[in-house]
Amino acid sequence: MKTIEVKKPSGYATQIGPAHPALKEPVMFTLDIEGERIRRVDFVPGMAHRGIEWMGMRRNCIQVMYLAERICGICGITHAISFVRAVEQIAQIQVPNRAHYIRSIVGELERIHSHLLWAGVAAHELGFDSAFYLAWRVRENVMDLLEYLTGNRVHYAIIQIGGVRRDIVPDQFPRIEESMKFFENAYAQLAAVFLDDTTVRMRCRDCGVLTTDEARELCPVGPTARASGIKKDVRIDHPYAAYADIEMEYQTPDLLTGEVRGDVYDRIVTRLLEVKQSIGIVRQLLAMLPDGPLLAIPKPAVLLAKLKGAAGEAVGRHEAPRGEVMHFVRLEAGKDEPVAWKVKASSYSNYLSWIPMMEGEQIADIPIIAASIDPCISCTDRVALVRPDSRRILTKEELHRLSVEKTRRIQAALAKRENP
Amino acid sequence: MNLLSPPQIAEVLQAAAGAGFVSARCTEWAEGVKGRKSKQVWLKIARESLIPTLQRLVAIHYPHISVIACADVGAQVELMYHFHVYWGIPHEEVLVTLTVALDKADLKVPTITGIIPGALTSEREKQEMLGIEVVDIPDGRRLFLPEDFPAGVYPWRKDETGIPPDMIKDLWATGRENLKFEDNPPPPAPNPANPVNPV
Repeated sequence: MKTIEVKKPSGYATQIGPAHPALKEPVMFTLDIEGERIRRVDFVPGMAHRGIEWMGMRRNCIQVMYLAERICGICGITHAISFVRAVEQIAQIQVPNRAHYIRSIVGELERIHSHLLWAGVAAHELGFDSAFYLAWRVRENVMDLLEYLTGNRVHYAIIQIGGVRRDIVPDQFPRIEESMKFFENAYAQLAAVFLDDTTVRMRCRDCGVLTTDEARELCPVGPTARASGIKKDVRIDHPYAAYADIEMEYQTPDLLTGEVRGDVYDRIVTRLLEVKQSIGIVRQLLAMLPDGPLLAIPKPAVLLAKLKGAAGEAVGRHEAPRGEVMHFVRLEAGKDEPVAWKVKASSYSNYLSWIPMMEGEQIADIPIIAASIDPCISCTDRVALVRPDSRRILTKEELHRLSVEKTRRIQAALAKRENP
Repeated sequence: MNLLSPPQIAEVLQAAAGAGFVSARCTEWAEGVKGRKSKQVWLKIARESLIPTLQRLVAIHYPHISVIACADVGAQVELMYHFHVYWGIPHEEVLVTLTVALDKADLKVPTITGIIPGALTSEREKQEMLGIEVVDIPDGRRLFLPEDFPAGVYPWRKDETGIPPDMIKDLWATGRENLKFEDNPPPPAPNPANPVNPV
């Protein structure tokens, strides 16, 4: 059995962070370098740990739901839906079917916005800023749609224990369809920009490889796992919400390219395929939207009394844009607060994959590899404390410059080859 | 693949746990119009049975570990190992939870990273947050807590080793150190003529 060796770095060690090389969130990498090659990787998360679980075990379930929603700004619905699903199972609250459908529709719109945000960040890390502007401009459409449907661009506040807060009415369907058409066109445009571009291909193909076996043992989730050929998707494996009523396919890169290589390029392919899949799911769910109430227990006081009497333990899960999010909740009768609450964010499972991905690669590849798992640090860390360090620190700007220079070098070599 | 039903999985794992078996239950939960059910198996076992039970689980299907959840239940600390088997088969995934209770006098548990390397993140987190010792863990450093976090304080414990009151910073007191909580204005009295929150 393979064990993960993490030793103190020897020889030439360089540190990146806590300012993050790829995202504007803090995590610290320590790299053992030989020339330009990375020999060994170590990372220290925790710079954004806010002790949310500790806070949650001192609040009642309705308050925890709002707290859970604020774990992450990108996955605004993910943590709320996972937490309420755990509580509903303990208290045996049957959520109306219409609410299940609305939860899933908002969940898919969130996936579209998150994947487009990621596509922009990835393009920026490669020095491909025109694609970054394109992806983020396209993303504004889904943000507007989310605001139109829920009232908020982030933290939609649509999930409630036992249902949802707002309805989606037939008058709103044309506006949703309009956005879906917009995204179909945008998908074709983005696929051409990202997948057919020679520079993107040269930077991302066979870079940051995670093999299928490594993926099985290190247990990553979401697009990171699927890009390595692991067919794992909570929406398909574990029937919940409206996903239980539809047939879906695992989005692995071979659907488009015919092979699975588990590199950065495959992770781009997987996320783009998922944007397309989400468009289909939203349309399908809107067509199937059942009638009925939105909430099982509309009165908060009645709900709180019921939750105070509930006892037991359950797990609530949701396929976030980055992969499986899981909340474990244990309630005791007579207590308002959950006696146990464990939040497992998707990046929590994906961190370990950085080690096999980065080892053997070049320093200039760090930003794109780090970004390729779409890390969400605030989700995973949940007291900010930064210590000054005397060792050499590569800043985000420096790293970004290195990455851009590598792209330019490749482009120059390419131009030379084509026009000798 | 020949799939075992949740009660069959519980039975097989009970046999593997041997004398360390405590209890087992299976639960189901349906959502959506079609009423497809998600399945869960909950097993309580002794610490000594953790490795053999997990090895038996691997023989069923290589499990995906979600996380090791935990609860401080007074004299004991409970660890809940959440695994999934039969992932990759639509609607057939089974959540298998192995609960291991550890006495606070002897908070030691063997590592499972020899079987599932991906459990490392969760095991490191449990060591720092709960003060347990994971025997033979390949990397025993802290994960989320800073290096200068006081020793002997474990945030998720609910006894005297938990977060002491002097470590809690009250946000409301920031910038008004001379103000006591009692000095805050009283909450508005309920006005029957204008109920803010009609129930």
